[in-house]
Amino acid sequence: MFFTYLRRELRRRRKAALVVASGLALGIALVIVVSSVSSGMEKAQGKVLQSLYGLGTDMTVTKAAAPATSTSQGPRFNFDANDSGSDKEQSSDRVMVQGFQTLASSTVAKVDSQKGVADAVGGLSLRVVRINGQFTRGQFQQNPNSGSGQRGRGGAQPSPQGTVKGGGADFDVNNYSVFGTDVTKPALGPLTSSKITSGRTFKTSETNAKVVVADTSYAKEKKLKLGGTVTIKSVKYKIVGLATPDSGDAAANLYIPLQQAQTLSGSKNKVTTIYVKASDSQQISGVKSTIQKNISGTTVTTSADLAKTVSGSLSTASNLASNVGKWLSIAVLVAAFLVAGLLTSSAVSRRVREFGTLKALGWKSSRVTRQVVGEAIVNGLVGGALGIALGLAGAYVVTEISPNLQAQLGSTGGGQGGGPGGFGGGFGGPGRQTASKALDVVLTAPVSVDTIAVAVALAVAGGLIAGAFGGWRASRLRPADALRRVE
Amino acid sequence: MYELRGVTKRYKRGKETIDALAGVDLTIGDGDRLVIQGPTGGGKSTLLQMLGGLDRPTEGSVELDGTDMAKLSEAKLTKVRSENIGFVFQSFNLIPTLTAQENVETALVPLRVKAKERRERAAAALESVGLAERLGHLPAELSGGQQQRVAIARALVKQPKVLLADEPTGNLDESMRDEIMDVLEAMWKEHGLTFIMVTHDSSIAKKAPRVATIRKGKITVKENAGA
Repeated sequence: MFFTYLRRELRRRRKAALVVASGLALGIALVIVVSSVSSGMEKAQGKVLQSLYGLGTDMTVTKAAAPATSTSQGPRFNFDANDSGSDKEQSSDRVMVQGFQTLASSTVAKVDSQKGVADAVGGLSLRVVRINGQFTRGQFQQNPNSGSGQRGRGGAQPSPQGTVKGGGADFDVNNYSVFGTDVTKPALGPLTSSKITSGRTFKTSETNAKVVVADTSYAKEKKLKLGGTVTIKSVKYKIVGLATPDSGDAAANLYIPLQQAQTLSGSKNKVTTIYVKASDSQQISGVKSTIQKNISGTTVTTSADLAKTVSGSLSTASNLASNVGKWLSIAVLVAAFLVAGLLTSSAVSRRVREFGTLKALGWKSSRVTRQVVGEAIVNGLVGGALGIALGLAGAYVVTEISPNLQAQLGSTGGGQGGGPGGFGGGFGGPGRQTASKALDVVLTAPVSVDTIAVAVALAVAGGLIAGAFGGWRASRLRPADALRRVE
Repeated sequence: MYELRGVTKRYKRGKETIDALAGVDLTIGDGDRLVIQGPTGGGKSTLLQMLGGLDRPTEGSVELDGTDMAKLSEAKLTKVRSENIGFVFQSFNLIPTLTAQENVETALVPLRVKAKERRERAAAALESVGLAERLGHLPAELSGGQQQRVAIARALVKQPKVLLADEPTGNLDESMRDEIMDVLEAMWKEHGLTFIMVTHDSSIAKKAPRVATIRKGKITVKENAGA
């Protein structure tokens, strides 16, 4: 009888049932779309951050950059004027520590020994500026009228008169990034965000070997081949592997063993960044505090901190999803719950005689209430099913359209966090650039089982809330009053 | 058997207090047939509600077979209604979405009768009021008289001790009225139940063996020797 009665009532009041179900469906669909888009945003941000950090890194430890001083200078290049008249090609490399002050290598062990730290590895981020070219001497042409009839004051010998024609300088500037990686710990650090697509990665024994792994696109641009060599500050390195980043840009153009990087830059036993993996991903902020407390003068940046510095359309969309989207979903859901409750309550008002009669026949209040709540829950479930279908369709459309979002990183200036070649990077020394990095990421809207479970829970909750409104009214009906009211 | 002693029902309407029933004493024996008459607002329906356990008196006692319904808990009163009392209303009060058979079944739901037995008993009850061919019809598909027959079948399907009818012919034309009264009279005789009916219709009252008249909450009962 319960189901027969329920089915017939819902069929009779199908318009009202549709209004209630549609309201709930809209709210639930919004929740699904907003949460799936938010999840897509998180994924996109994760990709962006991963391109800076590498996989598995929970935080970085750096030493904050010192403010630029008036005495500091940019890189200097000295070339000979070559009196001999030779037009020989000259080149000069300047290798600079990029972006930050350095930390002692011993800090890595210190960080590693902190509570909650699973692993720590140091890296040295360098920027190399190579200037290569030649001077050409100009040709002096004497003025044919000069040197006769003209005397200098005091009877000095007159100098030849004429002009210098031709001559000049032709120099090429090549600016690239090099990352000194700790080859003994290949599981941590920026190189993990790239896949070795050709050749191999470093062997753990190559702590001071003259080998290099090149970024694929840089290698292509500079026509570098696997097995070939690349020269940095007159040192030749053998290219043993080519690495392609999983997403976005590569962390560096070239990767070399840490010791080699330290030697090249004259930063023996120094690192720019320590990459830290926490034992428990839920305890990251606690580990951050511990490191900051125990190792003074360092800046600890977590992925969450880094995420805050992401700007651009990704950030805007992320804020929209988390703020406007969340509140819009809540508002629509609350409105839908209220409308469902009021409509159910008003339906009970219209059925006063019906419920009064059933009570007169001996139906308990609880049975009448159960009937009302049952109808409301079925309404909620229909709304939930519609909402899930609508939400999945919405998420599918977002994924199909795949809007391209741009993430601007490090726009807050240098000194924060620190992946090489990008975030917070730039030249050290005077006029430090707060170079930012723009990455294009494709937005998807993945719908998780959890989201569907939340949608179903919301549907049932909507039904229960609506049922509670109506059930409460129905349970309070006294049969005599109910029958009297309609007489 | 009903024993009503000093039954008073007081309502508050604004600052005014109205005695719908003012100290009613009444005894109704098992198998009796009583017609209650009186002007509108005189307290007829209120008295019927007291007899049916739908309402409680402000003062006094309403005993059914020695149990004072005024003192029963809501749950026990509901049980008494479901087992012993059948109701027929002026406007039929059928559930519009349920068929004739399902409407009759609603009276058996509180008695926890199994679905199959419920269907069989409902069909038999409808057959007894001449609606064997209308089991699957919705109330809207039935005439007023047929709807009232369904309501009578619903009241009698649980085989109650008491049948309470509140103006059962009030919404029917004359021919239908006679038809329904014939059915009710036949059922009363067949089932040997106590039959109490509120009506404005003097022609019906004339045929009743006992007629109670309520005016301003006071009751007078007359035996009708001619009936």
